[in-house]
Parts: sequence; structure tokens; C-alpha cells
Amino acid sequence: MRQDSPIRQAARQAEARPLDNRSKHLRRLVVEGLLGGGRGHIGSSMSPIEILRVLYDEVMRFDPANPKWPDRDRFILSKGHGCLAQYALLADKAFIGRETLATFCKRESILGGHPEAGKVPGVEASTGALGHGLSIGLGMALAARIQQRPSRVFVVMGDGEINEGSVWEAAMSAGKHKLGNLVAIVDYNKIQSYAFTDEVQPLDPLPEKWAAFGFDAIEVDGHDVEALSALFRGLRYDGDRPTAIIAHTVKGRGVPFAEHQPSWHHKNKFTDDEVRAIAAALEDA
Amino acid sequence: MRNTSLNKVHELARRDSRVVFIGSDLGVGTLKAMKAEMPERFFMEGVAEQNVVGMAAGMAMDGLIPYVNTIAPFITRRCYEQVAVDVCVHNLPVRLIANGGGVVYAPLGPTHLAIEDFAILRALPNMAVVAVSDAEEMKRLMDVSLDWPGPLYIRLAKGGDPVISQPTDDFRIGRAILRRPPGRVLMVATGATTERCLRAAEILAAGGVESGVLHMHTIKPLDVGALLSLVPGRDLLVTVEEHLLAGGLGSAVLETLVDAGVSLPKVVRLGIPDAFTREYGSQETMFETFGLTAGQIAERVRTAL
Repeated sequence: MRQDSPIRQAARQAEARPLDNRSKHLRRLVVEGLLGGGRGHIGSSMSPIEILRVLYDEVMRFDPANPKWPDRDRFILSKGHGCLAQYALLADKAFIGRETLATFCKRESILGGHPEAGKVPGVEASTGALGHGLSIGLGMALAARIQQRPSRVFVVMGDGEINEGSVWEAAMSAGKHKLGNLVAIVDYNKIQSYAFTDEVQPLDPLPEKWAAFGFDAIEVDGHDVEALSALFRGLRYDGDRPTAIIAHTVKGRGVPFAEHQPSWHHKNKFTDDEVRAIAAALEDA
Repeated sequence: MRNTSLNKVHELARRDSRVVFIGSDLGVGTLKAMKAEMPERFFMEGVAEQNVVGMAAGMAMDGLIPYVNTIAPFITRRCYEQVAVDVCVHNLPVRLIANGGGVVYAPLGPTHLAIEDFAILRALPNMAVVAVSDAEEMKRLMDVSLDWPGPLYIRLAKGGDPVISQPTDDFRIGRAILRRPPGRVLMVATGATTERCLRAAEILAAGGVESGVLHMHTIKPLDVGALLSLVPGRDLLVTVEEHLLAGGLGSAVLETLVDAGVSLPKVVRLGIPDAFTREYGSQETMFETFGLTAGQIAERVRTAL
């Protein structure tokens, strides 16, 4: 019988904690996209919200007026299907207009069901095919080193995504190159498309796996804003080991009837009742 | 040809600080001089082609020009999604240098042959696909590769290939080179088959049949203009490639001519039939098996006329 880590246990106990206003606001932005497009990966977009919130609010250096500023930090949403989370932050930070969210997946929209570089300001790489982002981030972290830029690279991956062997190829290289400026974050919500990760492809012991590949591996409650904030503030970014953050999250967080539900990984249509229920949940969350 | 190509990477890296080299797990001492001179731009990342290509894309997104090198099937089949998505969707200046194109690695069996590389790479938007004929032409390709704006696939031949290219060729990616003016026949070839076609043309000329040879070193973007000016008026068009007949040079030439509305002469496509190879030997013996030696090409032309 596997022993859960203290942080994992604490994260589970903390699930009853209400979301604060900012977390609710960001989730409402996700819902503007979901309802605008009439579809989307709702569960996958709700679980990483606090991770992105802390990165965009407190950690990353960027300039929405100059998205290509060379010294910016790079953010790659390797689990591209969770793009509504990133679109919410990009709208919140004025990379894109808030009204753009409602165009999600429409014919002429810049916001597709997976994020595309060159279309969406602030999106560094087109993702969606899983297992690509860490290699791209590795290349960017090496480029920063070669070009002597202070840029740091943050890559958010899904738990199902790290079934891909390419992720571990990239991890080996990142460890070898001692890339302190590279941070890999696993949105560990324990559910992939078909079912729970424990059923489809068990991942534990996850921190140990990343540590074995040369990373400083740290577990955190992925919805605890203060804990995330302290964690990112405490990283050196100029050391000789990349960082892996195992963020324990809840799929569908903030929409109680979607939480922990594999069936809410993705929806390609919503009933009127569901729309009303989602809106109500985020008022009360 | 491989050493020429890789030494050129070192030379380009001296000339341009954006150039980096990424290998997988190449032979002992590969680009030793570059590694010693500029270790920060020399990478050997192990048997992990998906990561190598993704990493190259990430570097290119931030302004570097990565030259990636490994054995042809592993830089194409193994990491096809990374080539398609990370490199081609983003239209990045990543260069893929593929050792042992075609049947160069005949003794090593079907796992090591690249007989569908033209087909799968030319299917990708933004990708350019080039197969030069000899080491001297490789130098010219490498010189112009630096400024090519998008992805580039470079198929290497066996090495020690007879030099048929000329310093006066004015080599450009996407512009075919007429090696021998056409008569009743025009042969269109690429990579190592161009030299075979030139010898076939000599044999045919001795028998009174004048045959031209168009060296289509760039499979994509294909030189439409050269085809439109040279094909009309011929009795026979022959395409010759060290590649499966499905989707390679012959397919590209015919697609182009049909789309341009050209009325086709009789056409013969020479290449590898729709099967994985079942024998070993050498590149030359495999050419013989598939009817791609100079003598066999000449014979196929004579029969077809």
C-alpha cells in the first residue's frame, strides 16, 4: 500500500477551502471561453489556475506591450488542451482583450482549442501534441545560457502527458545540462482522459522519478497560492539543477460537480442546465 | 560527404554566432574540433531523437540556427511529430542532416534505410528537402543553408561519391541543375541517382539516343520552371530515385506537371517498389536489385522508347 506524501494528504484535506476572489475571477474568465466556444477541456483548465496565477502575478517577468521582449521569462503550456487557463491569464494581463475569450474555437478566432504561437500574443510555442513542451523549454533554457540572457523557462505539463517517453528524454538532457533556469511543473490532478492516472498509467513515486533525472523535485498543493508563491520565491534559478514541481491539484477545481470527475476532462457541448450550474458554482465557490 | 557537411557546420558556426550543432549519439570524435573550440554550441544528447528535435526547435524559437545530425531513419521516422509540429508548424530554421539516405546502409537492413524520407518530409508544409550528388555540391548547399528561412532536410549520400557537380553551378535551393541537355529523353534524378543517369545517358548516346539529365537536388520546393521548360517536346520522361516509388521524386514531378496542365510524354518512374528490402550487400548491389544501375537505367529507357 502506497504511503501518500504529507503534502499530498494536506492538499486533499485543503480541498474544502474556498477559492478567493481572484481565483474565482480567473475561473470565470475560463468559463467565458468555454461558453463562447460551446466546448473545451474544462477539468484540465481549472486544475492549473493557481499555478498560472502565481507565475503571472508574482514570478514571471514579461511585458504585455512587448510580448517578444528578449529578456522575458518563457512560459510553455505543454498540456496545450488546458489553454483556457492560459487564455484567462493572458486576458487578465491584457496580452489579449477579454472580449476575445468569447471567440474561443470560432472560425476566425486567434484562440483555438490548443494555443498557437504567432497567433496569440504571449504564447511561446504551439502545443497540443503532448510531450513536446519540455524539449522546447530545454532548448529555450540553453539558448538563454548561450545568449547570456537572464530568461527563465517555466513548462507546465499534465500528468497524463508525462506518459510520453519524450518527456523523460528531455528530463535526462535538462539534468545533464544543469539548467537551473528551467522549471518543469506537473499539474498532478490524478485524472487523464480515460480514467484516473492510477488506473491508466500509474506515475508514483513522482518526485523520486524527477529527482532521479537530476531535478530538485518539490511537492506543493497546487491550489495553495501562498505555498506556490513561497516556493517560486525560494527557487534560485541560477543553480546547477533544474526544478520539478509536482503540484497536487484537483481536476475541475472550482466547479464542484466536475471535481475529480474523469467525465469532465473535456466537453464538446454543454446543456443549459450545466451552463447555469457552472456559473452558479463559481459565484458560490 | 558527411565529414564535408559537418565540417561546414563548424565553419558556419565560426562565421555566425547563431549556429549550433546537435548530434544524437554519433561516432567517436565527430566534430571534435568544433567541440574544443566552441563547447557551448556543441551538443551530443544521446539516443533521444524526439528530444533532440524539440530542443532544436526551442533554440530556433529564440534565434539560434541548429544543425541536427543523426542517421536518416531516426531523424525522420522516430521524431516525425517533433519535426512536423515543433519545427514545421513554427516554420523554424532547423537543419536536419540525415546520414545514410536511401539504401546507403544496405548491410544493416531495413531498420537503417531511409527509403520513404522524401515522401514523408515533403508532405510537411514549410519543409525543404534536398539530396545533393557529391561532396563538392554539399559544400555549396551548406553555404546557402545558413540563410534558408525555414526548415531544411539534407539527405547525405554514401560518401566518396564521384564528383559531378561544377564550381560554376550557382547552386541554389529549389533550382534544378541541367547536367546534360535533353534529346528525345529527359531523365530527372536526385542525390546519388544523378550520376547513374549521366552514365546511362552516355550508354544511350553511344547507341544514338540523346538523353538529358536534370539534377533535381531539391525535391521540395520543386523547380517547376525547369520542368515546364524541359519536359514538353520529349518522347520520354524518366524519373530515377533511391526511394520508394510512392511519394518521392517521381510523384512530385508528376504532380507538378499534371497540376500545371502539361500534356505528358510517356513516363517511366524508376525507384524502389512497395516493399521493405529483404537483402543486405551494398548500396550498389541494392541498386542492381531495383534496376537503378547505369546499365539498367539505359536498358529501361531503350525498352520504353
